[in-house]
Amino acid sequence: MIRISKRLELPPYLQWLIRASSIIFALIIMSVFLLALGHNPIKVYSAMVTGSFGTFFRFRKTIELMIPLSITALGILVAFKMKFWNIGAEGQILMGAFAATFFALKFAYLPRPLLLILMAIGGSLIGGLWALIPAFFKVKYATNETLFTLMLNYIAIKWIIYLQYGPWKDPQQAGFPKIPDFSVNATLPTLGGIHVGWLILIALVIIAHIVMNKTKFGFEIAVIGESKNTAKYAGMSVNKVILSTLFISGALGGLVGMMQTSGVHGTLSTSITGGIGYTAIIVTWLAHVKVHLIPVIGLLFAVLIQGAFFIQTAFQIPHSVADILQGMILFSALGSEFFINYRLHLVKNRRAKRVVK
Amino acid sequence: MSVLIFLKAAIHAGTPLLFATLGEVLTEKSGNLNLGVEGLMLLGAIGGFSAGMITQSTVVAILAALLAGALGGLIYAFLTVTLRANQVVTGLSLTIFGTGVAGFVGKLFMGRNLPENIKAVFGARPLPILSRIPVLGTIFFQHNVFIYGGYLIAIALGIYLYKSKPGLNLRTIGENPHAADASGINVNRYKYLHILAGSAISALGGAYLSLVYVPVWQENVTAGRGWIAVALVIFSMWNPYKAIAGAYLFGGLDIIGFRLQQINFPLSQYIIDMFPYIITIVVLVFSSIYKKRDHSPSALGVSFFREDR
Repeated sequence: MIRISKRLELPPYLQWLIRASSIIFALIIMSVFLLALGHNPIKVYSAMVTGSFGTFFRFRKTIELMIPLSITALGILVAFKMKFWNIGAEGQILMGAFAATFFALKFAYLPRPLLLILMAIGGSLIGGLWALIPAFFKVKYATNETLFTLMLNYIAIKWIIYLQYGPWKDPQQAGFPKIPDFSVNATLPTLGGIHVGWLILIALVIIAHIVMNKTKFGFEIAVIGESKNTAKYAGMSVNKVILSTLFISGALGGLVGMMQTSGVHGTLSTSITGGIGYTAIIVTWLAHVKVHLIPVIGLLFAVLIQGAFFIQTAFQIPHSVADILQGMILFSALGSEFFINYRLHLVKNRRAKRVVK
Repeated sequence: MSVLIFLKAAIHAGTPLLFATLGEVLTEKSGNLNLGVEGLMLLGAIGGFSAGMITQSTVVAILAALLAGALGGLIYAFLTVTLRANQVVTGLSLTIFGTGVAGFVGKLFMGRNLPENIKAVFGARPLPILSRIPVLGTIFFQHNVFIYGGYLIAIALGIYLYKSKPGLNLRTIGENPHAADASGINVNRYKYLHILAGSAISALGGAYLSLVYVPVWQENVTAGRGWIAVALVIFSMWNPYKAIAGAYLFGGLDIIGFRLQQINFPLSQYIIDMFPYIITIVVLVFSSIYKKRDHSPSALGVSFFREDR
């Protein structure tokens, strides 16, 4: 007979030991699978690492994945901290990219710095407004935000496809449905060979860390996350905080959309996200909604994705194996939280059970 | 006549949605929000297709799809019920995992056609008498057996939920698991059984796509239908009977854009593609404005821990 009870908080190093071993556990299970496919798992895993960092080109690709994942995760973090389950980052990214592309295509004659700033502001603004819609209904009617934000993702995707096949189709592509490539003026400059998004990421992590941990606003977000009633009794304007937080959450997604179009793809299509909005949810969750851990987990997932591209060509391992591996790591990490929050008691008989209770 | 053909086609297109939705209704009634429907459908699609290719047997194909879905549900149930993991993240992970498994196994069958004997089983079989009813007979009763199965499961699920003792217990768990526990219901066993059954039913939706709707293996055969099913559960207010109407309506919306394009309808098919999601949001908002009519299980998404009170 096994009994379960809540644990007092474990020391942080033990918590991270459990989490780290959960990832190792997933890698071991995956090794069995790889062995069955006739591959040497150690070779495959080390190839994933060299595939992510081995050359500057691969390193750039990895960082280009880490930037959008981490910034999106920061946006999700502020909402999750408040227990507002914003799973609409995918749509917020796309709508931000839509606004950025609007400026890139219609105002291409503007000087580069001005145009880029306009694109960034437009992207953040539209991304933020896109997240404000469910937030408004949440504070007004307590409408379920998980499902609302999820639906908005699909509307955003269809909207981009509509633009691609309709009004924004490049007439020079001889019928091929594609939105025109950006001019040089609408392209993010690089610094050290990688688009400047990495600088923005560093700045945002620092700002977010300060805001969440040192300011009144960050404190209000945390209190609302714990209990809306406490926040109300403390005299906080709960609705205002929820709305502004969600605007920031969506704006960060929108900014990612701008950077993906301008810095990485040089055009707009639905593939500029490629599931980043969903993967970032997982990054936020695995980082335990803590700002300083976001870049770490963001990098881990960037390596997983980039490494998977590499082993596809190096070992002819289908890319879907990366999804399986990601799934395994997630299942294992999700399960490990249980052992952090609860403890198991082996109980010999009913009498003993009562004592424990 | 062309309207009739369109409505008939809407049933065909709505059937994968119907199975996926019914499965998710059952899962959500137990208080668990599973956002992994897309993953479950893909597991069902590849499970059914690969078993059909290997054994050439329709029965085995269907059983394999059910089993694949139930296994996916087992992972989800173990994590969220036993280990009390976050349901949203677990569901998303299940979708990633299912996409991976289907993509991996599917590589072996890429572009291959199903055996003729399986295709023959799912040929049109007009029902005697019923199919002769004017209009309704043509729309509803001149289909393949899989579609009739959808009608039956929907009705059976409705009777189970609203007319049977276990159905009542299940709904109690979804509303208030602590009350259910206090009245002697084994909450976790109920959750497990219904998540497994629900996942297996959702997987049938995927199997319909790979065995009947497309009958060739193609990557990502579900194309986001699992998410539409999540929307449909809300749209149908967690009611299996309304799910029938909702699934066929959304099925119709799925194919109408393309057809309207052919007659130069002024609205783009991509804008029409948004309608299912917009309609769902409208339903979601209205059901929250009129709180009394909100049908979502109250304990949806909340882990149950007996010692929490």
